[in-house]
Amino acid sequence: MLDVKHLRKVYSGHGRTVEAIGDLTFHVAAGEFVTVVGPSGCGKTTLLRCIAGLLPATAGEIRVDGRPVSGPPPGLAVVFQEYGRSLFPWLRVADNVALPLRRRKLSTVERRKRVHDALAAVGLHDSLEAFPWQLSGGMQQRVAIARAVAYEPRVLLMDEPFAAVDAQTRADLEDLVRDVWRQLRITMVFVTHDIDEAVYLGQRVVMLSRSPTHVLDELTVDLPDERDQLGTRSDPGFSKLRARVYSQIRAAKAPVDLGKTAS
Amino acid sequence: MTILRRTALVFGLPSVLFAAWWVFSAGSVDFYRPPLSSILAAFAETWFGSRIRDDVLPSLLRLAAGYSLALVLGIGLGVLIGLSPRLRIAVEPVLEFLRAIPPPVLVPILILFAGIGDLMKVLVVVSGCVWPILLNTVEGVRAIDPVLADTCKAYGIRGADRLRHLVLRSASPQIVTGARQALSVGIILMVISEMFAASSGLGFTVVQFQRGFQIPEMWSGVLLLGLLGVLLSGLFRLVERRVLAWYHGQR
Amino acid sequence: MIRRLLPLSGLLAFALLLEVVPYTGVVSAVYLPPLHRIAGALGQEFGRDAFWTALLDTLRTWLTGLAIAVGAGVVVGVVVGSVPLLRAATASTVEFLRPIPSVALIPLAVLLYGTGRTATLLLVVYASFWQVLVQVLQGVTDVDPVARDTARSYGLGRLARIRWLVWPTTLPYAVTGVRLAAAVALILTVTGELVIGTPGLGKEIALAQSGGAVAQMYALIVVTGLVGVVANVVTRDAEKRVLAWHPAFRKEAAA
Repeated sequence: MLDVKHLRKVYSGHGRTVEAIGDLTFHVAAGEFVTVVGPSGCGKTTLLRCIAGLLPATAGEIRVDGRPVSGPPPGLAVVFQEYGRSLFPWLRVADNVALPLRRRKLSTVERRKRVHDALAAVGLHDSLEAFPWQLSGGMQQRVAIARAVAYEPRVLLMDEPFAAVDAQTRADLEDLVRDVWRQLRITMVFVTHDIDEAVYLGQRVVMLSRSPTHVLDELTVDLPDERDQLGTRSDPGFSKLRARVYSQIRAAKAPVDLGKTAS
Repeated sequence: MTILRRTALVFGLPSVLFAAWWVFSAGSVDFYRPPLSSILAAFAETWFGSRIRDDVLPSLLRLAAGYSLALVLGIGLGVLIGLSPRLRIAVEPVLEFLRAIPPPVLVPILILFAGIGDLMKVLVVVSGCVWPILLNTVEGVRAIDPVLADTCKAYGIRGADRLRHLVLRSASPQIVTGARQALSVGIILMVISEMFAASSGLGFTVVQFQRGFQIPEMWSGVLLLGLLGVLLSGLFRLVERRVLAWYHGQR
Repeated sequence: MIRRLLPLSGLLAFALLLEVVPYTGVVSAVYLPPLHRIAGALGQEFGRDAFWTALLDTLRTWLTGLAIAVGAGVVVGVVVGSVPLLRAATASTVEFLRPIPSVALIPLAVLLYGTGRTATLLLVVYASFWQVLVQVLQGVTDVDPVARDTARSYGLGRLARIRWLVWPTTLPYAVTGVRLAAAVALILTVTGELVIGTPGLGKEIALAQSGGAVAQMYALIVVTGLVGVVANVVTRDAEKRVLAWHPAFRKEAAA
């Protein structure tokens, strides 16, 4: 479904070049839930923006559903980290969710139903008429998720969506994302710097190095599909996986790490 | 109690000032400073007759025409320039110069081109109002939140949808600021264009009163201009409150 | 490189347009002389004593009016702003008086002061005073309440508080007020000269117009524009300097 092959991204300007992504290759199968984790500042957001077609790659290729990405691919939705800025403050919650649907050939009734269903799915059926800024941070991010859900994407990208909400809300939102994925069976790529989150959510964890970024390792999360905050997180299997990811990331963070510099 | 206090605060000073004017001018024999009572009497007599239709209304219509045209031009060009960084850099110095010209000096130029009719007066209003709107629109469009712009891209919100729901709305607080500045400039220009060359209109009539030494009538004209200024800015605030409800609610 | 050249090319294109358009017949060259004739007239103006007198007159009226408005605006603003009751009591009056268009005062000014500088000064001061006052009032209310309490608990008197607390907070706002006031004051200075006939560039423009000296008229208009540009650049620069050390984040209009 999603193919990233030898992706390389170099930022240049003001007489300086920064190699954000060195050489990245990974694959995500249709319907799979992959989490991407790496130390902060490792080019996770750059990667996600390249996949979303918001940023041209310097070299390499990204394919979504077999088609190479040259602009934002249809059927791909993004949930950004900055929930406060990715929602239109001048549109009410329902209109925020409905706006991307305007280009779809839908009847008004159909569109309204989709918006309602999406908002109900994230537990916001009674906030349709509110403005985003009247809601708490966690609720705003729910609106952003509802907007993505209503868009009915085949691939859903999430860029550290819960980095700025409190721990309790975060746990709720994590379960919400799992639920959405299990119901819709869409392909999910979830970027985070939180190792626990990466292991708890994903079927597979892709670990990234520091920039210039490459893939350190991939890890299949062999935990049951049925997960819950208490049981799963205290499961010995979870702890083992977590420890493995943690040691990899810590090794990657270490200042001397010349062995794996990208070619 | 608090309502009483607030009422006192809002109306206290204005009533005191008004009363003071009334009392101190009551016995005035100064030809140039007539008693407030005679000014008010002249006000009703002067403006509540055919002058509303012949002088006040045409002035306001010309202001409305010029102001609306300036809004369309200013926002349209402002969006165009704001969306293209290269164009903006290229035209910036020219705009900087054009907006620095005090708009009243354009009256003589526009008289050359358009005579002294309605067209000239509307153009005078346009030529003064367009700059604050244009420049503020450019700034507003430039300041579109990049995350919101990315959101539009990612969700395929393009063309007219993008213009309407992203560009214009993001820039609207700035556009409103420009429009507010433009309104006060517009009122000034409406009056000046009529003082300079006209045979009717508010500015013309008031100057006629002054030249004819119809002092209470002239004072009443000054009063009317003041009231119009206050009224229009009040109207503007009502519109602003509607258009920018989301913006003011946010803070 | 391109960034350097683009503004220049914009100016050149504008100049070229002004030069060429009169020859195309779109507008008559009588009404819009080609640029080289305007430039020629400008050169002639530079050689005329009357031009320099007029320019100085305009600058004097403008700066005098601006100085009075700024002085009054700052004093009234700081005093009214630091006394909450006074501020509350005057708010409605300010809101009422501010939108009164200053040109409404033209007949009054002429009647009371004739066509001299005082008549124009009245317009200039009235219009620009409010710009300063409103900004200063906003600045005074922006004083950090914690800092205010701290100052009070250390026994700083009212004057000391104004000097060390209120004024530093207000200064950037005041400078923004000066920038806005400078532009408005220039507009009304020229208006007064044009409409009332106070000596200055505006009067020269009116004279050139009635004398049919079109190129000269354009040249004078260009001069007023240049004065405006200088005013904008100087005040914006001052504003940037004051804001450089001030952490306050404020959104201000572009024009």
